Amino acid sequence: MSGGANVAGVDDPGGRASAIGLDRVWMIYHTREAETAALAQMSLEVAPQEFVAVVGPSGCGKSTVLSLVAGLIKPTSGSVEVCGETVTGPSGHVGYMLQQDCLYEWRTILGNALLGLEVQRAVTRESVAVVRRMLNAYGLGEFENHYPCHLSGGMRQRAALVRTLATRPDVLLLDEPLSALDYQTRLEVSEDLYRIMRAEGLTVLMVTHDISEAIAMSDRVLVMSRRPGRIKSSHKINLTCERQTPIGRREAPEFRAYFNAIWKELTADGHAVGSAPAIART
Amino acid sequence: MATQSDRPRQSREHEAFLSSLARRRMVVSVARALILAAFVVLWEVAARRGWINAFVVSQPSRAFATAVSMARRGELWLHLGMTVGETAIGFTVGTLIGIVAAVLLWWSDLLSDILDPYIVVLNSIPKVALGPIFIVWLGTTVTAIIAMAIAISVVVTIMMVYVGFRQVDPDRVKLLRTFGATRLQILSKVVLPASVPVMIAALKVNVGLSMVGTIVGEFLVSKAGLGFLIVYGGQVFNMSLVMSSVILLSIVSVLLYYGVSALERAVMRTRG
Ligand SMILES: Nc1ncnc2c1ncn2[C@@H]1O[C@H](COP(=O)(O)OP(=O)(O)OP(=O)(O)O)[C@@H](O)[C@H]1O
Ligand SMILES: [Mg+2]
Repeated sequence: MSGGANVAGVDDPGGRASAIGLDRVWMIYHTREAETAALAQMSLEVAPQEFVAVVGPSGCGKSTVLSLVAGLIKPTSGSVEVCGETVTGPSGHVGYMLQQDCLYEWRTILGNALLGLEVQRAVTRESVAVVRRMLNAYGLGEFENHYPCHLSGGMRQRAALVRTLATRPDVLLLDEPLSALDYQTRLEVSEDLYRIMRAEGLTVLMVTHDISEAIAMSDRVLVMSRRPGRIKSSHKINLTCERQTPIGRREAPEFRAYFNAIWKELTADGHAVGSAPAIART
Repeated sequence: MATQSDRPRQSREHEAFLSSLARRRMVVSVARALILAAFVVLWEVAARRGWINAFVVSQPSRAFATAVSMARRGELWLHLGMTVGETAIGFTVGTLIGIVAAVLLWWSDLLSDILDPYIVVLNSIPKVALGPIFIVWLGTTVTAIIAMAIAISVVVTIMMVYVGFRQVDPDRVKLLRTFGATRLQILSKVVLPASVPVMIAALKVNVGLSMVGTIVGEFLVSKAGLGFLIVYGGQVFNMSLVMSSVILLSIVSVLLYYGVSALERAVMRTRG
């Protein structure tokens, strides 16, 4: 519930507790073939209502961080906290958006949007009304009884967002939420996402491969090292521009400098990020 | 305006395209009908002229007459009903048991690991070889025939549906887990609904398989059904009875198959 962050703040004598906290987390995967250290001594703090983007080389453990925060996996050692509570399993605090919209084709848009509430047995006349209002607000009102196959990629991703927000999470985890979209749609949806995140006062942790996107959307960009992953550097983003929207923020004079700094960090390992050179040209 | 003069020209071309499609479809249907007619006529003529021995291969007019007289006496419906009923029960129950077994295997990885070799062996046994066992256990009854029809379809269903369950997109399952879903909710909200196409595909396969099981069962034990008519006709050298039963059997199996296809289309219409 949205009071979660405040409750945590009351618990913490020092004032505002962090919305997300990883403390010296090790994550080691075991398979028949090998033992893989995905995260080593990873620590990370995200303040309430902060929008943090994470970039890093392929396979450095970005998705692992999100899975830990969502409570889908348990750390090998170290602790993971969300809204001041130690994570022991999936909780109502967290909403998770994946790269694919994962809409179920046998459910209508409204049916998809209600999925989380159904799982949590929280479907009531009021909660349905709230979800339908959200669908309306995000331009999906007239499609609520349509099946996902009739919607465009951008609309599908917005429907997935409504599905995530329907359970009223405090913390939103985004794992390359836009990378399946074409460039045009991607810019549009990032505008929507940004507006909605800010309006709802959510704490966001977003993984992306796109440095420009990270800078354009977030308050802070974290760069991860190669596997086993840990935070290599943190870049607070302060952009002077008129329109505080992802597209507007791209015009800020400081944008280029941030881009180059982060790009240098990423390639310092002697390990280029697959999609970055193409973005550097734009 | 240019666009106004362009449009009708395009639509004329499209009309021409559509009518060429329609012509083609007509050619196909006519050719199909002609092949069937030619076969029936040739068979009839060859039997009448004595090119082939009508006693051994029968002839369309006699097979038809046999079917009509059976229909008049009311026997035909009994035999048809028996075969259709046994087959329908066979593939429905076989599919259901198969789905339940697949759910159990999906539920427990350990169980599926343990049972894996047994399923492989069960799958490779020619199920009709089990016929005599069912007769000993269940007697020369309709139950034994239905058991045959079920046995022949159940293992294939288990394998098809279990593979379908395992191929459900892991991200869709992950999504549900982020909401805190229990295993039962994962089963009911994503694994089963996502596997509906696979289950219908299994049902489609099972229509044919259960028919084989039913006919073999009727060969072995029954006193009624198309399989019985075929065996009986063979024993008394009434080839017209055999031929008319075989023809009816093919019609019935095609109708059953189309029935399941119609079900499939109805389900898929909501899915895009
Ligand atoms: N369930 C698992 N079992 C074993 N190894 C795993 C598992 N999940 C991830 N790994 C390994 O851990 C490492 C980190 O994986 P993770 O998916 O977190 O990386 P990522 O940064 O999200 O990668 P990408 O950029 O490709 O999305 C990878 O080397 C991966 O192979
Ligand atoms: Mg990943």
